[in-house]
Amino acid sequence: MAKNTLSSRFRKVDIDEFDENKFVDDHDEAADQQGPDALEVDNLLRQGDTMSALHIALRNPPIHSKNPAIKERAQTVVFRVLTSFKSSDIEPAVKSLDKNGVDLLMKYIYKGFERPTDNSSAILLQWHEKVFAAGGLGCIVRVMTARKSV
Amino acid sequence: MAYHSFLLEPISCHAWNKDRTQIALCPNNHEVHIYNKAGNNWNKIHVLKEHNGQVTGIDWAPESNRIVTCGTDRNAYVWTLKGDAWKPTLVILRINRAARCVKWSPKENKFAVGSGSRLISVCYFEQDNDWWVCKHIKKPIRSTILCLDWHPNNVLLAAGSCDFKCRIFSAYIKEVEEKPAPTAWGSKMPFGEVMFESTGTSGWVHGVCFSDSGNRVAWASHDSTVAVAEGGKTAVCTSLTSETLPLLCVTFITENSLVAAGHDCYPVLFVYDSNNAALSFGGKLDVPKQSAQKGMTARERFQNLDKKATTESKEAVLESLHKNSISQISLLDGGKAKCSKFCTTGMDGGMTIWDVKTLESAMKDLKIV
Repeated sequence: MAKNTLSSRFRKVDIDEFDENKFVDDHDEAADQQGPDALEVDNLLRQGDTMSALHIALRNPPIHSKNPAIKERAQTVVFRVLTSFKSSDIEPAVKSLDKNGVDLLMKYIYKGFERPTDNSSAILLQWHEKVFAAGGLGCIVRVMTARKSV
Repeated sequence: MAYHSFLLEPISCHAWNKDRTQIALCPNNHEVHIYNKAGNNWNKIHVLKEHNGQVTGIDWAPESNRIVTCGTDRNAYVWTLKGDAWKPTLVILRINRAARCVKWSPKENKFAVGSGSRLISVCYFEQDNDWWVCKHIKKPIRSTILCLDWHPNNVLLAAGSCDFKCRIFSAYIKEVEEKPAPTAWGSKMPFGEVMFESTGTSGWVHGVCFSDSGNRVAWASHDSTVAVAEGGKTAVCTSLTSETLPLLCVTFITENSLVAAGHDCYPVLFVYDSNNAALSFGGKLDVPKQSAQKGMTARERFQNLDKKATTESKEAVLESLHKNSISQISLLDGGKAKCSKFCTTGMDGGMTIWDVKTLESAMKDLKIV
């Protein structure tokens, strides 16, 4: 038997690259987004105002940015805010968000699930339960269908 | 509501004849079955077997009584009833991917086929040569066309595709019609012109529908979003991110109300407020079942603890009429201006006929405006 019949490298060839009509995402010329303001969030957390810290952390998400460092920093800021909440305060916090905020928070939660650290999944699962109750299955569907992530 | 189970296989698409006594449906293979209603029964009276790929779209022209089908074999067939049999006429679409959806125009002098070749074939009959000729709409479509709908003026065509856009094209064929009058979407309509293109929604557009006046278009996309655009100098777009699973089909039942259905197995109502350009959730349209709330005895409670480690009897049973996703909605009575009955078919192989009046009275707070 010829050796090259065992080769499977051809299966990994991306033939769409050779198609001049291939689909390309819309290129948004939006101003560069630097992510949430970490200093302001830290100040609010130090004062114990976790609710305002959550709202500030969800502002200006790096959706259009292609810089992994910016996304990493935003993820870290949001996760620090999520860990600062007591379990009983999670539900009113989720209720204070509007629809877009709930969708955005779910994106951060799933991003956190992608790279678990010590105890992070337990905290994220608590938040997931409350955010899912607020946003329903559609919230999760939008995380999966979004082509630009936080 | 009347639910009828035709098959075990999913119904991928269906179409009704003019007086709603016959339905043509595809059992998710290369055939089209035509059922005739006799009393409360449905009898299969025809099987159309010409496609050698799966049939993906059926449409039945009410006035001329012709059926058009398209399939993954890249062909479309126009079926005409001759005596007791349906005779096919092949339509060459000049595509190299599957045909995905098909729609007769309101005047039934042409039809449009959306395909995976990133184009829409608009087909019309050429008397001189006694065959169907097609023209292609290509730019700026960049992915598969999933759904089509015609404007009431027989010229504009709305298309939803996998490149996350809902667009309105002009499908003006000068060979078969006169120059059209201006509409809310624009006044100059050469063939293939893009009159409208959506922004904002980011899922595949599964269903698209013009309103009865033609001044609005609604679409449902795979990010669990329903959107409505209103024509005018500056087209107003509004969308609602729903909490349900993605919706696969959407249709207007009045100028301001939409019914949509999808993977949640029941239809839902959306209401459009044109003064505020806002879309709101009107309610879930399935009939709530009077599930007998039998109380659990102590013995049952401890048995559950022993077997399932729970203290409740949580059976995962769907309480909706359809037991799987709904793939298509069609209007039976009243049209898009004031629909009184609509029909859903789904992947459970069943069909449900919904009466709007009964739904409105059965559910409090449900208001169709």
